[in-house]
Amino acid sequence: MSEEVKAPKKEKIPRQQMPEQLPEVRRRNFDEVPFGYTPELARKEAERCLQCKDPRCRQGCPVEVEIPAFIRLIKEGDFEGAIRKIWEKNALPAVCGRVCPQENQCEGLCVLGKKDQPVAIGNLERFAADYQRLHGRSILPPKAPPTGKKVAVVGSGPSGLTVAGDLILKGHEVTIFEALHAPGGVLVYGIPEFRLPKEIVFSECNYLERLGVKIELSTVIARSETVDELLARFDAVYLGVGAGLPIFLKIPGEHFIGVYSANEYLTRSNLMKAYDFPQYDTPVVRGKKVAIFGGGNVAMDSARTALRLGAEHSYIIYRRSRAELPARAAEIHHAEEEGVEFMFLSNPLRFLGNKDGFLTGVECLRMELGEPDASGRRRPVPIPGSEFQVEIDTAVIAIGAGANPLLTRSTPGLALNKRGYIVADPKTGKTMKPRVWAGGDIVTGAATVILAMGAGRQASNSIHDYLTFGW
Amino acid sequence: MFEIVERSEMAQGTIISNWLRAPKIAKKALPGQFVILRANEKGERIPLTVADTDPERGLINIIYMVVGKSTALFKTLQVGQGYMDVIGPLGQPTHLEKVGKVVCVGGGTGIAVMHPIARGLRQVGNHVITIIGARSKDLLILEDKMRAVSDELLICTDDGTYGHKGFVTDMLKKVLTENKDVGLAVCIGPVPMMKFCCLMTKEFNVKTLVSLNPIMVDGTGMCGCCRVRVGGEMKFACVDGPEFDGHAVDFDELTLRLRSYLAQEKLSYDQFKAAHGHNCACHT
Ligand SMILES: Cc1cc2nc3c(=O)[nH]c(=O)nc-3n(C[C@H](O)[C@H](O)[C@H](O)COP(=O)(O)OP(=O)(O)OC[C@H]3O[C@@H](n4cnc5c(N)ncnc54)[C@H](O)[C@@H]3O)c2cc1C
Ligand SMILES: Cc1cc2nc3c(=O)[nH]c(=O)nc-3n(C[C@H](O)[C@H](O)[C@H](O)COP(=O)(O)OP(=O)(O)OC[C@H]3O[C@@H](n4cnc5c(N)ncnc54)[C@H](O)[C@@H]3O)c2cc1C
Ligand code: SF4
Ligand code: SF4
Ligand code: FES
Repeated sequence: MSEEVKAPKKEKIPRQQMPEQLPEVRRRNFDEVPFGYTPELARKEAERCLQCKDPRCRQGCPVEVEIPAFIRLIKEGDFEGAIRKIWEKNALPAVCGRVCPQENQCEGLCVLGKKDQPVAIGNLERFAADYQRLHGRSILPPKAPPTGKKVAVVGSGPSGLTVAGDLILKGHEVTIFEALHAPGGVLVYGIPEFRLPKEIVFSECNYLERLGVKIELSTVIARSETVDELLARFDAVYLGVGAGLPIFLKIPGEHFIGVYSANEYLTRSNLMKAYDFPQYDTPVVRGKKVAIFGGGNVAMDSARTALRLGAEHSYIIYRRSRAELPARAAEIHHAEEEGVEFMFLSNPLRFLGNKDGFLTGVECLRMELGEPDASGRRRPVPIPGSEFQVEIDTAVIAIGAGANPLLTRSTPGLALNKRGYIVADPKTGKTMKPRVWAGGDIVTGAATVILAMGAGRQASNSIHDYLTFGW
Repeated sequence: MFEIVERSEMAQGTIISNWLRAPKIAKKALPGQFVILRANEKGERIPLTVADTDPERGLINIIYMVVGKSTALFKTLQVGQGYMDVIGPLGQPTHLEKVGKVVCVGGGTGIAVMHPIARGLRQVGNHVITIIGARSKDLLILEDKMRAVSDELLICTDDGTYGHKGFVTDMLKKVLTENKDVGLAVCIGPVPMMKFCCLMTKEFNVKTLVSLNPIMVDGTGMCGCCRVRVGGEMKFACVDGPEFDGHAVDFDELTLRLRSYLAQEKLSYDQFKAAHGHNCACHT
């Protein structure tokens, strides 16, 4: 067979990059980094999808978004149809498109990724959601007739929002109780504005309110009201309180002024808008030399926040090597572009301070990689005698979060595991306490937005079953 | 909005009392608990003790000293105006138990924090000896309220303008010397005062509670800003406290951490004063 007989080969379209702010500009402002696709770019990217009959990408998505179907609708220019398709499975696409670790999920399994770059599924999902938010007709979906049943959702993070959104459409009355003065959980207090504009989170919450969900802010369940008191007023209670407990390094000098947990650093900056101090009243130490300990998304967010608060040096000090960094690929890439300096294979031993109590430095030890540990990653092993000091005035500890005991300890009948997380049926979210469900980070430990939403979806199905048929 | 229904000034306008409409908190709050308030959208989250409640009318009382930008802003709020957020009650309530004889030592605004605790301790059957102090007569607050909840009330002023001349610690020493049967001391006030009271009660081997006031953000144990060292361990004052065993508290570390934002606070307060200059209620 000769070459000429073959159908003319389609010109290969490269993965469409999202236009974004230049690194030297954005490292000093809090505006969102990527600008988003234009409709033209989105349709061009959508054309790359092979519309696989048995799409692998979908298996990579924890909530099984109908990926080829929504991408086809984008390709055809039916953006409204595309967002409706996504909404069938995912209530917060503007958020997920921005923050899902796509390289380990949907895009990680896309067949194109074998030889070429995978389809930019996250970018397309984001495009569809943004297009709808900015140009859509915002017609509310139909609601089932009222059932007279009442559900309390504790926590307004992605898992709580998902439960609320599902159950309100099924005709139940839903009230969300949130400890902070703004709804959204980590999406508002943790993930910075430059990665996820708060306006998007508020518009999602506003959408739920328009559907009839009541949101009671500044209400700390356990203190303002207990879970048992909620059970007296509501037919079912969902606990989506997240993993909001900061973990410290437990090394000397953590009390010095300038040492922060990532939760505090990010809460001050995001929720309290300390970057606008003194326009906003909450201060934050604006260090010139900042070190972040950890290597996940939280560490990247903190390091990039430090630059935007005016740091000359923003270091990431991480025990393992670059290959083991758990953060999303895009975040590492953005952090590198913006000038975050990485110190791999280094472990902090103690903080140093001056007589007034201000942080002046950190002493670290060099590590080398040994045998793989339980997580499959090579274990860092200290190199004796390799101590070195780094001059810093701010430190942010981003080595993970634990289970906040405030609610769980004051709720009799909940079973907790030995790390303090709530024991819940992985299929239904049912806890050991009747009429109480739980999901998200408070069950799994700190995980991802989409997993928290997936847990919320399963629990809402189970709650609906209970409200319809009984426990 | 949480409306202010009553407002008064004490100690020459340096200390303000507000009664706010917050029915849910009024029903729940127990002695020793606090709330976090935010005046407006741009405001800081400020922790203040629930100094009293009136559950029937759905009111809570806060009493605060004007020390910086946020409390100065609070001071400008008049009856009919209010706070955007009031969150609480937060913190562990005081463990109220009959031990026999108790001494309660309050200094400055610590007296306001002390009031519900002294009352609670008396209600469970304790004999309450109260010592309150201030720099001078004009700065002393809540004398009548404290008298009403105490079996004995002793007053000290640093300059001798009222009651005994001297510090509350001197009076505490006298009380402990004369009353060998004191089973518990509660000391609340400025950090140095608490520190020296604890050194004193330690000599007499009397168990002592203090109420700590580290800087806070969320008040739910999420941020770790309020960490204090107690018995060598890291505790979060907003959820584990604010009351702790005074003999185990590292007061020096607390003093140091309270200075975290001194420079920023000054900047913010100066700007506020410049902007509010003459018509400001806090102009003294
Ligand atoms: C800085 C940072 C960056 C991250 N980046 C990513 C990312 O890029 N991609 C990704 O997928 N994931 C990321 N994550 C993880 C992700 O945000 C979480 O897994 C997810 O938010 C968990 O959702 P949730 O609903 O379980 O809880 P949360 O989002 O933690 O929300 C819980 C809510 O419950 C409230 N609450 C707690 N206790 C009470 C109580 N007693 N009463 C009332 N309300 C209460 C809290 O105030 C909070 O608002 C990041 C996390 C952080 C901290
Ligand atoms: C649990 C708790 C209960 C409290 N109850 C009362 C009360 O009943 N009445 C009262 O007058 N005060 C109380 N405080 C202290 C009060 O919160 C602070 O005085 C207030 O936050 C100062 O804010 P500012 O902006 O006016 O001053 P800033 O400008 O922030 O600070 C001025 C000075 O106050 C100190 N300070 C700052 N923030 C705090 C803080 N959160 N706590 C303590 N000191 C701080 C600083 O070290 C600084 O020297 C309490 C604090 C806590 C933690
Ligand atoms: S929800 Fe997340 S994992 Fe699923 S398709 Fe969207 S971006 Fe991919
Ligand atoms: S695997 Fe890739 S190419 Fe195939 S349907 Fe999914 S996105 Fe399209
Ligand atoms: S104030 Fe944040 S943990 Fe106590």
